[in-house]
Amino acid sequence: MKNNSILYIGILIFGIAAPFIFPAFKVQLSILCVLIVLATTWNIQGGEMGYNSFGNILFYGLGMYLCASVQVGMFFPLAEWTESGGEKTFVHTPAQFFQGMAVGLIVAAVVPTIVAGLIGYSILGLRGHYFAICTLGLGVAAGEISGGIEIIGAGQGFTTPPFPDVGSLDSRGEFFYFLSFFVLVLTFITVRGIYTTRFKLILNAIRDNEDKAEAMGIETMKYKIIGWMISAFFCGLAGGIMGGLVGYIDSTDVAFDGREMGVFMVLMAILGGKGTLWGPIIGATVFHIFKEGFWTFFLGWQYVALGVLIVVIVIYFPEGIMGWLREKYPERFGEVVDEKDRKAQVELK
Amino acid sequence: MDFMVFQYPMISVQACLDGILLGILFALIAYGMALQWGVMNIINIAQGDLVILGGYIAYFMYLYGIHPAWGVIVAPVIMYFVGIAIYKLVINKVVDRDLFISILATFGISILFMQLMNFAFGADVVLANSDYGTTMLFNNNVVLPNSKIFSAFISILFAICLVIYMKKSKLGRAIRATAQNARAAKILGVDTEKVYAATFGINAALCGVAGALISITFTIHPYMGLPYTIRSFMIVIVAGLGNLPGVAMSGMGLGVFEEFADYILGTEFRIGSVFLLLVLILIYRRFKLSRKREYLK
Repeated sequence: MKNNSILYIGILIFGIAAPFIFPAFKVQLSILCVLIVLATTWNIQGGEMGYNSFGNILFYGLGMYLCASVQVGMFFPLAEWTESGGEKTFVHTPAQFFQGMAVGLIVAAVVPTIVAGLIGYSILGLRGHYFAICTLGLGVAAGEISGGIEIIGAGQGFTTPPFPDVGSLDSRGEFFYFLSFFVLVLTFITVRGIYTTRFKLILNAIRDNEDKAEAMGIETMKYKIIGWMISAFFCGLAGGIMGGLVGYIDSTDVAFDGREMGVFMVLMAILGGKGTLWGPIIGATVFHIFKEGFWTFFLGWQYVALGVLIVVIVIYFPEGIMGWLREKYPERFGEVVDEKDRKAQVELK
Repeated sequence: MDFMVFQYPMISVQACLDGILLGILFALIAYGMALQWGVMNIINIAQGDLVILGGYIAYFMYLYGIHPAWGVIVAPVIMYFVGIAIYKLVINKVVDRDLFISILATFGISILFMQLMNFAFGADVVLANSDYGTTMLFNNNVVLPNSKIFSAFISILFAICLVIYMKKSKLGRAIRATAQNARAAKILGVDTEKVYAATFGINAALCGVAGALISITFTIHPYMGLPYTIRSFMIVIVAGLGNLPGVAMSGMGLGVFEEFADYILGTEFRIGSVFLLLVLILIYRRFKLSRKREYLK
């Protein structure tokens, strides 16, 4: 246990120092934080609960649009803002910007949570692949529909308020980095807290056999909805930050981007190892480094690489990095291996 | 919102006829999906991308001066081998595994195809012009392009041929046996590996036919695949596996729904309404099934 607390403090110090060690990569580091948040919260559904969702992108995009809309709508007429496109007819003062961002992030976290609670009862009743396809449809439908709504920019997109001039040029990167890092820490503490309680065991019971769990007297639906709502909360927050970071929201290419972000979160969790605390974090880090390298050196071929990567990971590496480590060093994970028993089992196979 | 479609009955007739002709095409794609879902227990997200690839084959014939209608014969032949290749490379490794693995793997194939087609054929919306003219009905109030009638006719022809093939031929019997019980079929000497490959090939060939017809009647674009996958998935779950008249009927129903959604909500919400309909159908199905479960208790 003592080792762990040193590890956590080390990571925390590294996280705080990171933007000063790598000043050129502040935006990349913030995106990494967002990706880790998305992968970790996807893992609550996909890894622990066994509900493989493509639809968490819905909350992410919703959070993105809500945060930006609130931030603009609090001070200026929203319709005129989107009408003018990228031109700066209205300029936020620093105070307005930060107030708007704070309120926007709260709305971006709360509304998706409520939405998740409302649709959860009907959607989470689906099983297996029906759930996967339904959530895939939900994400795409949200993208298509938001692309037709005039007040949030329709097809031409929505420019989020530019970061105000507060002195130094570095402050934008630092602000977004620390914001996303704070959300990451919050997510980690919450998820780690959840994983030590009975709630996690219930989620695992649902994954292993839902009917049996129900027969044992667990109100599975209630816990499924709560798990989904926790995911939605953090996905919305991540989306709100990402909207400000990217500076431009498009319905199908940025917000409800099922082809990119929606698959990334699944892929990162699977790459790291489903159903583990550290898996999604490791997976997201490895994936982000790989992605950025590839995106930089093979521009244009990134989706081809992504498609191949998905197929390869899914077919040859479904256990992920954590699963592989677990197989290699079982004692590290607190598993006692009986060598005789293992040999007997291998022979049986 | 625009309710003109209900005020002028002729527009409704137009929408219905358009929708039925379109729905027959959807039904053909859905038939392929039902076939491989039933036999291999795999949901192929790349279905729509196979359709679009078939469409590009016809489009290229059109570019080189051959009438695109011949694509109906060429596309399935090429697509059959594309299907076999996909099976050998990817699908045979996910056949017996978790359904989600197959969904994710085919999702990867779908992204790969999308991007490769984008490189090879460009990101423009294209169509192969067939020069078939139009048919006027009801005092020139309803306009039907002949290409749509042609495509519906060809789809029905292919579907009938396939049904007869599945009933009569040796491979067809082997496919049906594998769908019923793969293990028993294996014991009785059916080479299930071969059957799976052939099934996936036939599915891809059907997608090729549908794609060639779509490139004649509508437009194609590298990124337009996913809606076709979702439509065929929806048709299959409404009709049920192995229910061929059901597939045809629900295909036409979906076509008509889309045309009306197009008129009432506007074209920008057309794809969105399809996806929303999928969500609603799945939710309806879930409540229906849960009621049945309670009844059984």
